[in-house]
Amino acid sequence: MSPLESLRIAARALRVNKLRSALTVLGIVVGVGAVVCMVSVGAGAQAEVSEKIRTLGANLLLVMPGARNSGGARLESGTQPTLTVEDAASIRRELADVQVAAPLLSRSLPLVAANRNWVTVVAGINPDYLVAREWQVASGRLFTSDEIATGAKVAIVGAVIVEELFNGGSGIAETLRIGNVPFTVTGVLDKKGLGAAGRSQDDVVFVPLSAAKSRVLGAVRGTTREALDFISIKVSDTAAMSEVEREVEALLRQRHRIRGDAPSDFRIENPADVLFARGAAMRLLASLLIAVAAVSLVVGGISIMNIMLVSVTERTREIGLRMAVGARRREIRWQFLIEAAILALVGGLVGAFLGAAAAVAIAWKAGWPVLISPWAIILACAFAGVIGISFGLYPAHRAARLDPIVALRFE
Amino acid sequence: MQPLVRTVGISKSYPSGGSIVRAVSNVSLTIERGEFVAVRGRSGSGKSTLMNLLGLLDRPDSGTYAFNGREVAKLSEDGRATVRSHDIGFIFQQPALLPRATALENVELPLIYAGISPSRRRRTAKDALDCVGLADRGHHWPNQLSGGEQQRVVIARATVNDPALILADEPTGSLDSATGNEILSLFEALHRDGRTIIVVTHAAEVANRARRLFTLHDGQIVEDGSASSDNLRPAALAMGPLP
Repeated sequence: MSPLESLRIAARALRVNKLRSALTVLGIVVGVGAVVCMVSVGAGAQAEVSEKIRTLGANLLLVMPGARNSGGARLESGTQPTLTVEDAASIRRELADVQVAAPLLSRSLPLVAANRNWVTVVAGINPDYLVAREWQVASGRLFTSDEIATGAKVAIVGAVIVEELFNGGSGIAETLRIGNVPFTVTGVLDKKGLGAAGRSQDDVVFVPLSAAKSRVLGAVRGTTREALDFISIKVSDTAAMSEVEREVEALLRQRHRIRGDAPSDFRIENPADVLFARGAAMRLLASLLIAVAAVSLVVGGISIMNIMLVSVTERTREIGLRMAVGARRREIRWQFLIEAAILALVGGLVGAFLGAAAAVAIAWKAGWPVLISPWAIILACAFAGVIGISFGLYPAHRAARLDPIVALRFE
Repeated sequence: MQPLVRTVGISKSYPSGGSIVRAVSNVSLTIERGEFVAVRGRSGSGKSTLMNLLGLLDRPDSGTYAFNGREVAKLSEDGRATVRSHDIGFIFQQPALLPRATALENVELPLIYAGISPSRRRRTAKDALDCVGLADRGHHWPNQLSGGEQQRVVIARATVNDPALILADEPTGSLDSATGNEILSLFEALHRDGRTIIVVTHAAEVANRARRLFTLHDGQIVEDGSASSDNLRPAALAMGPLP
């Protein structure tokens, strides 16, 4: 008997009990689906973290102002504007492994260009910030040192701003009103995509720090015109990151005259570490779920074995009859083995399809790249097939071992 | 030419409730091609066991069995399956059809295991159904057919691979007498076509249709006579030595 014939007979036997076959493969469907989905989600999350770390700029440290200590009750971080441009300059000047230390001052402000408006983050920077973030202008130019020195009303905008305000134009040399102050756009930045907080990093307007302080942001900070949101430090060597972190701490404590064990009025963060930790947590969660899914695959295999054993018993007379008319034992064995393998493989394919669909849905919801690994699908289906065959072996063996005389008399 | 079936002293015992029952004991018989033979006996006389042995469903404990000139008593499981698929057609007491296959597919079954191609299979099976008068019922399911029709499908299946030997075990056992008679007429028609038929039965009216009669008693052949002596042929006398 040809293999095709065995396949036909097996497929037919499965079609007879459609509902039972469908229920039997459910375990495999869930198992393969979960494996494919979780591998894809894990890969997507990993890719997202890597992408965020990449767009962050390598070897980046952030120094944030600390919380104001108001009569023992500590307020929100950043409520006490303690960092100054001078702090940034001194970090750069005095610490050897610091490539740049870029101050940044920002606020959400309304923008108007022609008849369109938009609200976004307006940040005062000097070009060092773009160095720290490894961010290039896609078109136009950076601020000139003259513009920085005089606080010129010039702006570099992110890609989202061009889309929202300049309606298809390049945006270069257009006039942009920040609050009520007209700025001229000199450059448009490269696209960076979503940032760590899930907000588009391209939805931003950069102006010279001097212009920001004197013309649009300075007054709102209140306490001091020198106050900064944070300082971005680019360290020249990854190995020196923790060393620089300690040195910055010591330097700033000295500059802020904090003695002994009094708490610092600033915080130093390594944003890549935070992202790494988040990525690691996601990977761990995904691998736990994959382990659970693998258990489900084995349970699915047991359910196939169970149903195959029931089927062999139910079809004892059929087996006897087939043997009487000339079926050899290996033909009976193949028939049942193929039935089990078909169950598992169909379950695997359905599971892979559902898992991939779920992965796409999750990635879409979470804003991750969709990374459906063909290897995960192939491996999960192959594993399902192996499970179907191994759990089908015993029932098939039982069927093939039947004595035709006993089987024919079986009621 | 060698006889189709020649057994010499075949025996078969079964363990049954702690003791060993000798179901077939030292049976020697010879059946020529084209004979219509009945093996008669009460229930428990060992006739089903004898049929299983002659049909190569089972292997004798001792003795020799030459089928179609070939020694088959020591043949392996698969070897016997191959002989069954090519040379033996079975008809059982209960019309044994696969319930989830059409009449035509049931008739095709032996041809599948004999390795016949699908198109030739279909053609041959249709011819066989035609011969038993069910040409138009090929696509019916077994439960849409009457008992007599089902048994005729079984006969079509037993003859579809043009076997050397047709074995029937109580072929009318589950049928009313009128339907049973139809089936027996079909057997006679097969016999007229030159087929070799062995019918195992306890019913005299079945045995009487055969041209030659064995009676089994406690696993031993105790009588060999002609059911209708006018049809007795010289070949029928070619009996193996009695114990």
